[in-house]
Amino acid sequence: MSTEAASTLPAARLFPAEERLVEHFRNLKPDLPDDESGRLRRDAAIARIERDGLPNRRVEEWKYTDLRTLLREAAAPAPRPDARVAETARADARVLAELEAVRIDFVNGHLVAAGDAPAGVTILPLARALEESHPALADFDAVEVARGNALIDLNTAFLGDGVIVHVSAGRQAGAPLHLRLVNRGEAPFATAVRVLVIVEKGAALTIAESHEGDVAAQPNTLVEFVLGDGAKVEHVRINAEAAGALALSTVTAMLGAESNFRSVNLVAGGSASRHQVFLAYGGENAHATVAGVTVISGEEHADTTLVVDHAVPGGESRELFKTVIDGDATGVFQGKIIVRQDAQKTDGRMMSAALLVSPGATMNNKPELEIWADDVQCAHGATCGELDEELLFYLKARGLPQAEAAALLLQAFVGEALELVSDETMREAMNALAVKRLENRS
Amino acid sequence: MPAVQETIEHVRTLDVDQYKYGFETHLEVDKAPKGLNEDIVRLISAKKDEPAWMTEWRLDALRRWVTMREPTWARVNYPPIDYQELHYYAAPKMNAAPKSLDEVDPEILRTYEKLGIPLREQEILAGVEPSRRVAVDAVFDSVSVVTTFKEELAKAGVIFCPISEAIREHPELVKKYLGTVVPVSDNYFATLNSAVFTDGSFVYVPEGVRCPMELSTYFRINERNTGQFERTLIIADKGSYVSYLEGCTAPARDENQLHAAVVELIALDDAEIKYSTVQNWYPGDAEGKGGVYNFVTKRGDCRGKNSKISWTQVETGSAITWKYPSCILRGDNSRGEFYSIAISNGFQQVDSGTKMIHLGRNSTSRIISKGIAAGRSENTYRGLVSAHRRASGARNFTNCDSLLIGDRCGAHTVPYIESKNASAIFEHEATTSKISDDQLFYCLQRGLDGEEAIALIVNGFVRDVLQQLPMEFAVEAQKLISISLEGSVG
Repeated sequence: MSTEAASTLPAARLFPAEERLVEHFRNLKPDLPDDESGRLRRDAAIARIERDGLPNRRVEEWKYTDLRTLLREAAAPAPRPDARVAETARADARVLAELEAVRIDFVNGHLVAAGDAPAGVTILPLARALEESHPALADFDAVEVARGNALIDLNTAFLGDGVIVHVSAGRQAGAPLHLRLVNRGEAPFATAVRVLVIVEKGAALTIAESHEGDVAAQPNTLVEFVLGDGAKVEHVRINAEAAGALALSTVTAMLGAESNFRSVNLVAGGSASRHQVFLAYGGENAHATVAGVTVISGEEHADTTLVVDHAVPGGESRELFKTVIDGDATGVFQGKIIVRQDAQKTDGRMMSAALLVSPGATMNNKPELEIWADDVQCAHGATCGELDEELLFYLKARGLPQAEAAALLLQAFVGEALELVSDETMREAMNALAVKRLENRS
Repeated sequence: MPAVQETIEHVRTLDVDQYKYGFETHLEVDKAPKGLNEDIVRLISAKKDEPAWMTEWRLDALRRWVTMREPTWARVNYPPIDYQELHYYAAPKMNAAPKSLDEVDPEILRTYEKLGIPLREQEILAGVEPSRRVAVDAVFDSVSVVTTFKEELAKAGVIFCPISEAIREHPELVKKYLGTVVPVSDNYFATLNSAVFTDGSFVYVPEGVRCPMELSTYFRINERNTGQFERTLIIADKGSYVSYLEGCTAPARDENQLHAAVVELIALDDAEIKYSTVQNWYPGDAEGKGGVYNFVTKRGDCRGKNSKISWTQVETGSAITWKYPSCILRGDNSRGEFYSIAISNGFQQVDSGTKMIHLGRNSTSRIISKGIAAGRSENTYRGLVSAHRRASGARNFTNCDSLLIGDRCGAHTVPYIESKNASAIFEHEATTSKISDDQLFYCLQRGLDGEEAIALIVNGFVRDVLQQLPMEFAVEAQKLISISLEGSVG
């Protein structure tokens, strides 16, 4: 509603955030490696931002996360790092280091190395795909409910680099892929990475995405999945950015019939973040599980926004989000399940639970349902509160000190969502990061 | 699971073409010219014989209103309203201030008779049932025509009168409380109301008094091209209790009618206010033509310690409903409740819910909402629960269910849950499985299946509330409660 209303208003006044972005865009434009359609996409995206302004608290979908304020100090895009910097960054990367995987490395938003693709899998640098006007580019922006989103527009306008991953029909990728995004430097910079993952009919892929660094970067990543009929994808994402970072990320998935998609996100770094997930059911009887764990403290702000669009019958969706908030931090969960007229027999369940462990913590929950079909089951739940005194008492009665008892309960709380990661190495790495974050808190 | 047959039949009896109150009363009326400007506001104020401070209050509201924009965030669609095409004052011609019912135009009395609203005290007393008595304030278009049982209430110290009378007779109370819960420029429709409100009820229950009978107001819009802008102000002083009911109907007309009311409730220490509504404005015809636009601001302020405000609403009428009866839980240990059944049919659009704003320590609130959409209607629950920093120990439980009958309608849920206090415990659920595991287990153990058990528990709960409605309203409301929860979606 509000976005529609916003677009009918006269051209918005430009605030410092928009002014900076438009200026960065002008400086960047001559160096971009696009084909004609790529240029048009960029121009249209920046024009929308100029016309409507960045979303702010008056825009319903951004009520709790004011992008205009977050981007007041919008940094310029990072230049391609030299080989030495890139090599050091790769060598120092820590997150999921123990995972045996085919790595695809980005440093400061630029693709610097990609391992040998397993059989049946193609890894194509996005720059090359753009130069060649590769047919796979037709799969960009497959999910309708994500179109017009401000983060996607920003990613499109400033797109620096990316990769297209293709898994051929019926192939099970032997090893997981690991997209490793490392940001190194002194002064803040922005990145815009786009990844398109096409998993053909009956194929399967496990893919991890990790974000780390030593600089207060402003990454904006867009990862799009297109699943063929019966395809299976497991995706995990770890935000372990440096303090001060502003992590903007979007995951979209177009689900074919009988396909199975799973995505688990962990926010264990950065100062501010907005993670968006847009799911669309393109074929019948598809299943999706989307989960997330957020552990924040200090002045941090973490937003998870989810839209699940059931357009065809028999879709099943499960969402579970856990947030632990300490200090004066603010957690946000916005989830929306749409069940369209034809999506009979849909089964959707969404749960968001938050624990506030300090007097200054804030949690904003908005679990929405929009239902147009009469033979469906949809449920949502949202809770927020503090640690259960009775459980604490029970553990203390068993001889555990207060701090340990609390830590144990918090681990169990976030563990429920992390258990949904089926790869053991990934799950344990995520658990360890979450536990470390929880410990640093106390 | 789709809706069960019994539910479908019940909703059918409430369909828009079954509207029973669509008749019109022909009367000579005294109307203000069309349009809205300072002169009209002055005219309304003069008609009501208001003191200068009140006229100024209204003019201030009008000046603010012209700078405001109509809100667009609700999930309702309607063509732009031309606010200059309405009559802001319409009153049946009659003797100034009728002293008894005999002086009231018999046409009006017949209208209320047809609507089943008892206005004659002796009739009520002579009623077959030794039932509870109800004092009624009957508001016809822009004026209150009669208020019953005033003397008896006065004996208990309770003031129950039209608000225009209160402005004249009890200015100190009105000045002290009017606009303190819903400020003049709270929102577009409330500001409009502040400028042009015509009548409504005023209730003051003094310290320690339990109001001896139910109070009620019956609103009737009759005239063509008028808007009804009533204002109700209820104050429950320390340790008092009052139960208030409101009913509304309108004739069936092709054009839309505007209703923008403001209701303010104030509960001081240990006081309790129970406010019930059976909203049955004309919903428009089966093609979606006509019907009342119901843009209402209702808010209660639990200002004192241990105070309690409870809203119960049964919403079946109106083409458009935009209504969020809310509670500001300011006092420590205060309690807010919201029970709602909203049924939409035809082309009706409902965007309704509540706000529970926890400011005081250990304040508690409960929200139970059932939305049922049929035909081509849209039914949205929109609710906010928030806890501020000092609201330690605040608790909320929210349960909202919606049910769709047919595949041309929509049911939506838009809850906002904002917590700024770690010890505040908020639970929002649309999953019926978590109502109470103990109760559920008990029912299952007795051989009921899950669906039956849930329906029994939730219906039992709602029924409990509805049965507390007085007789006049209970009949209508009772029909609704047999609607099963089966097939409901979150």
